[in-house]
Order: sequence, then structure tokens, then C-alpha cells
Amino acid sequence: MNDVNFLIGSYDIDKTPFEIFSDDACDLLYKIESTIRKDREARLYPDVISVGYWCRKANIQKKKEEFSNGALRIGRGLAFHITPGNIPVNFFFSFLFALLAGNANIVRVPSKDFPQIRILLRILKECLAKFPEIEKRVAFVKYDRSDEITGEFSKIADVRVIWGGDRTVASVREMPSKPRCIDIAFADRFSVSVIDSESVLSSEPQVIERLVTGFYNDTYLMDQNACSSPRLIFWTGNSEEGKERFWLSLYEKAKKSYNLQASVAVDKYTRLCQDLMDRDDIAKQKSFGNLLNIISLKGAPEDTKSCEGFGGYFYQTDINDFSEISKVCDERLQTITYFGIDPKELAQDIIKNNCLGCDRIVPIGQAMDIDLMWDGFDLIRTMSRKIDIR
Amino acid sequence: MSIIDYEKLLSENPFGLSQLNKETFYQKSIDDLSLFHANHCEKYGKLSKNLGPGVALPVRLFKLYDLMSIPKEEVKKTMTSSGTTGQAVSKIYLDGESAQRQTKVLTHIVQDFIGKDRRPMLILDSSKVLKDRRMFSARGAGILGFSIFGRHPKYVLDENMELNVPLLEEFCEKYKDEPVLMFGFTFMIWQYFVQKLKEKGLKLNLKGTLIHGGGWKKLVSLNISNDKFKEEIREYSGIDTVLNYYGMVEQTGSIFMECPCGRLHASVFSEIDIIDPITMEKKDTGKGLIQCTSILPTSYPGHVLLTEDEGEIIGVDDCPCGRLGKTFKIYGRIKGAEIRGCSDTYERR
Repeated sequence: MNDVNFLIGSYDIDKTPFEIFSDDACDLLYKIESTIRKDREARLYPDVISVGYWCRKANIQKKKEEFSNGALRIGRGLAFHITPGNIPVNFFFSFLFALLAGNANIVRVPSKDFPQIRILLRILKECLAKFPEIEKRVAFVKYDRSDEITGEFSKIADVRVIWGGDRTVASVREMPSKPRCIDIAFADRFSVSVIDSESVLSSEPQVIERLVTGFYNDTYLMDQNACSSPRLIFWTGNSEEGKERFWLSLYEKAKKSYNLQASVAVDKYTRLCQDLMDRDDIAKQKSFGNLLNIISLKGAPEDTKSCEGFGGYFYQTDINDFSEISKVCDERLQTITYFGIDPKELAQDIIKNNCLGCDRIVPIGQAMDIDLMWDGFDLIRTMSRKIDIR
Repeated sequence: MSIIDYEKLLSENPFGLSQLNKETFYQKSIDDLSLFHANHCEKYGKLSKNLGPGVALPVRLFKLYDLMSIPKEEVKKTMTSSGTTGQAVSKIYLDGESAQRQTKVLTHIVQDFIGKDRRPMLILDSSKVLKDRRMFSARGAGILGFSIFGRHPKYVLDENMELNVPLLEEFCEKYKDEPVLMFGFTFMIWQYFVQKLKEKGLKLNLKGTLIHGGGWKKLVSLNISNDKFKEEIREYSGIDTVLNYYGMVEQTGSIFMECPCGRLHASVFSEIDIIDPITMEKKDTGKGLIQCTSILPTSYPGHVLLTEDEGEIIGVDDCPCGRLGKTFKIYGRIKGAEIRGCSDTYERR
């Protein structure tokens, strides 16, 4: 274990749990919020600001209230987090959620040197000084890929929070863990949008601008590679003009804001050529250079794995009613973002069709809003225990 | 395929046409080839139908598909790129005519730089490249292709990639008074020739020309520039004309040669265009993706290729060496992307 770099804490960590939404944990979050708000460096990063914003008192108290029904809940013990390497702040959310659920935490931070990581850990360290009971239950570690080290932490964990998709989940699952250890496994997922083209056509310009900015943030901002980034668009309504308006506005937004790396451009172009050469379910394609590619399919695809666009590469198809979505609504489907449709009606349809998939239906623009309900897991309840009193 | 009069072109100076004069016949040749390949290669036909005639193929596709515009029975020779173990390799299918044409054009272009006399030749590589059939790839083909410019080519590395010093000394002694020709692959030359001479404290007194190619990827990572490369070659071998070439197995024959002024030249057989990776449009100035076209490929749809290399046009019809047409510069492979996303923890790389 000599190759583990403890950024915060040590191997000698207190592994015992505490009450969910404990006063200490909540106070620590408020302190983090006020520190981020005043920190000049932190304020340079919108994602760091979003961490602070999530920690604000009003938000946390609202969430705490949901559990104020007199039931007694306590954390499971030690949570070990393997966090995504390419998203700068998710490791911190992962930590905050498990902390509110009453757990001690060992967090493996991304190996890439994002400034956000340094800033958040600096602020956390500073804030922890006033919370010794939490401080002794927290460790942030960094190490190069090592099954041995991950295996050691795995052995002592009561909860393993495994980010990183199918391959990481599979490899961590092979490592021994305590018999009662619970895994929260974030597998590879797929997300879609449902948009009503007639609503797009009839909306005011400022509504379209908000819609397109939201869609941009859901997709391009993460190179369309987050599991909650939509890759396939289902269109209701029959307005070609509405669709065109949407894509054209998105193109204008991407042209202004997206930094398309040359190698991603080549990858996208290669993908386009492959699609055109291989698929026979393409009705037509439209490309705005390599910045935005739209592949129109003749119907819902057989397999969503064939529609994994990235960097602004979308598949689309028209539907007459929601039941056509259920065709792709398998266990891989995570988020459905929408505009101009009734989300309840969609949810009812999914239930009626006995679908394995779909964990969230949210308005376009909220795909990335990570929260205590994530990827189908109720994180507080899953990472804590209820003492059943009768 | 007789839509292009190759024999006529082979009888003329490969760098003798001004850009304006070249373009009139050249574009027509590419258009004809585009039509031909769209009609004879089903996959390329699908692409043309959707993305327009003359659409560029990403070079990577030759690793993923068997692309040809002739019936399978007519394939006489399959060339492969020299990928490292485990990597997919490009497969290029040639009929007899295409294979011959490649050799003729290569000869025609290279002779413009080194003349028609065959010189004593040193190959800065191991003879095992040709013996080992698994290695008979772009590297073997390159060596064979260039060997025709030399007399009694000698391999300077033994089977274990060690410098054969006695052979080298004998060669230097025997040909100390006449210009020689050396050929090899850029990284191999640096690693197994220059560095070894340095280690052994040997300085040769050869004169003549070194032609080398194969890409700068590894040398860029070592921070070795073209100038530094030339300088060290001069210092340790005595050779003062060091000519790089830019070429790929997907367009063998119509290579781009560097002239003594240090510019890479497009001949009448090929053209270079710089593409903006975002808009996919051609640009006249500034860096961008290199798109190579060649009028040689008839048995496979390799006449318009989008590479993964970055380059820049540096002049048209204005090189001090007197050769006409476009000249350009290569910056090397485009940088790998830093992709965001959640499915990456410690599994990858």
C-alpha cells in the first residue's frame, strides 16, 4: 500500500457510521458552500460553483425533511468510492452523498490533474478542521491503476460506489468484499430525448434559446459522453420545420461554444462513413461540417449500442406514440429528457409496456443535474440502514 | 482503367507543371476516378451517394474494411501497413497494373531527386524485414521499392538489429570516392543507426543522399526535429543531402518528396489539401488535416484520403529548388483527444 498517496486522511481511518443528515455533516456542507462562495479561485469554475450551490442550507434542509418521519437511519459504515476519471467534480458529489447517508469515506480521486480537484480538496481540508468527528472518518486517495490497492480497500468497505461503466464494475466485482457489502454500480447507460417538433415551431425565440442551451449543456459540454447525455432523439409532432429550427439553433450554439478537437472531428467523420457504409436503416443524414451530425433512422433502432454518438453526433427518428420508445427502453436506458410532451404520460406508457429501463424523465437542460436520486438508486436509503422498531 | 494517360505523364517532368496547368487535367482525373470507384466499390458508392462525389475516405477505414474496385480474382498483391502487434493493419488490394504503376511512378519521382544513375546503396534496416513474411508489410515494400535505385544494396543491421560494423567499414572504404544512396525509416535510422554510431564513437565519411520516411511520431515524442535529425546524420555519417518523404501504404508510389530546400512537394501524380477539421472545408493558409489525393489507385478507392496528420501549405510554384506545384510541411499526427465522460475510471490506459 506504499503507492497510495493520501491527499486527505490516512490509512488509519475510523470506519464507524453515524446518523443520516447528521448535524455535523450538514454543518460541514454549509461551511463548504460559504467557503466556495468566497473563494476567488473556486469561483472560476462553474462546476465547483455547482458543488457549492448544491451544499446550500435551503437545499440540504429540504432533502433532510424527506427523512424527518421519525424513522431512525444510520450509515452502513465505510464507503469506498472509485470515481470517474474524466469528470472533474463527480468524485466530490459521490463523497457528499455517502457522507449525508452517514458513512465514513475513502474516495479514490481521478488520476487526471483537474484544477477543480485540487481546489475542492483544499477547501474540504480547511473546512474539516472544525469537524474532527468527520475528519477522522474521511480519506481521499490517489494511486495509479492497481488491482491490489483497489482490492485492499474493497475488503474493508461496507459500501462500494463504483463509477466507470461496465468494465470497471466487472473488475471491481471480482474483488473480494465483506458479505454484507453493498455495491452501487454505475454501469454503461444510454439516454434519449423526446421532443415535440410542433412545440419547437410554435415557441418564442427566447424559449428556443433556453431549450438549445439546455440541450447543449446536456450533450456537448461533456463531449456527449456522459451516460445521461442523449444520443437518440425521438420526435413527436409532424413539423419538419420545427426539427430544422432546433438543429440549426443547436448548430449556431455549438459553433459559438464547442471546442471540437481535431481528433474527435476525425473520429466523428470516420463514424459517419462507417454508418453510411454499414447501416441499412438510415433514411438520410445531415452534417454541419464535423460539428453537428444528424443521422435520421427509418425507425427506432434494434439496439441502442449501435447509436453511441459522441461530440455532437445524434440519431433521430419520428414516432407516432410513446410505445415506440419502449422498443429501446431496455436496462441500458437511463435518462429521457423532454420538451413539449407530458412526462407523466410517458412514464405511464413505460410502466404499461413492462420496460426494464428508464430511471429519470427530466426536462431538457437537466440531464447532468446529479442528485440523491441517481441512475435509479435512492442513494441515501441505499447507503444507510433503517433500524426497524416495532 | 484507361481514363488517365499514365504513360504520357511518366514521360514528362513530374514537377514541371504550374499549379494552374496541373489542376485542369488533375481534377478531371480525380473526378473520373471518383465515378469509377463509386460504380465499382459498393461501400465507396454508398458513401458517394450520401456525401457527394469525390468524398474523402478516412485512412482508418482501410483497417476496418476490405475495400476494392476490382473482382477478388484479379487481386495480385495485398499490401499491409506495418502496425505494431495487436493493432489492426491497413489492407490494400492491387491488381498487376496498379502494382506496376506504383513502381514506375515511384521511380519517376525519386529519379528527379537523385538522378538515373544507380548508386552503391546502404539500407539502414535489417535484412530480416524481407525474410520474415509477417514483417513484409509497408516496411518491406518500401525497402524493395527503393532498392531499385541502388547497386548491390547492403543491410546495415543484422538479424538482431545490431549495427554490422565490419560491413559498414568495408562499404565506406570501397565507396569513399563516389556518392552513395542510403535508405531507411526515420525512427529506425535514429534509434539503430545514428544512436549506435554515437555510442560506438564512430564517424563515417560517406557522401551522397539519404532518403527516409515512415513518420515522425516517435521522434516528436523524443523532441527530435527534422533539422536536428539532419544535423546528426551529417555529423555521424557524412551524408549531407537528407531527404524525407511523406507517403502511406494507402497511396504507395505517388509519394511526396522533400527537396534540398526542406519543403515537401506534390508531383503531378498527387495533390495535397489542407482541411479544416471543424468545417471539413479546404483552406489555403494555416494548419489543418492533410488530405492526400492520388491519381494512381484504380484497384481500390484510395484516390482521396483524409489522413490523421496535421500540416500546412507553404507555397505554390515558388520553391527555390525550381519544382512547380504545391509545397507543404508536416506537423505530425493530430493529438489524441481528451474526452470527457463517465465511463472512464482506472480501466483504460
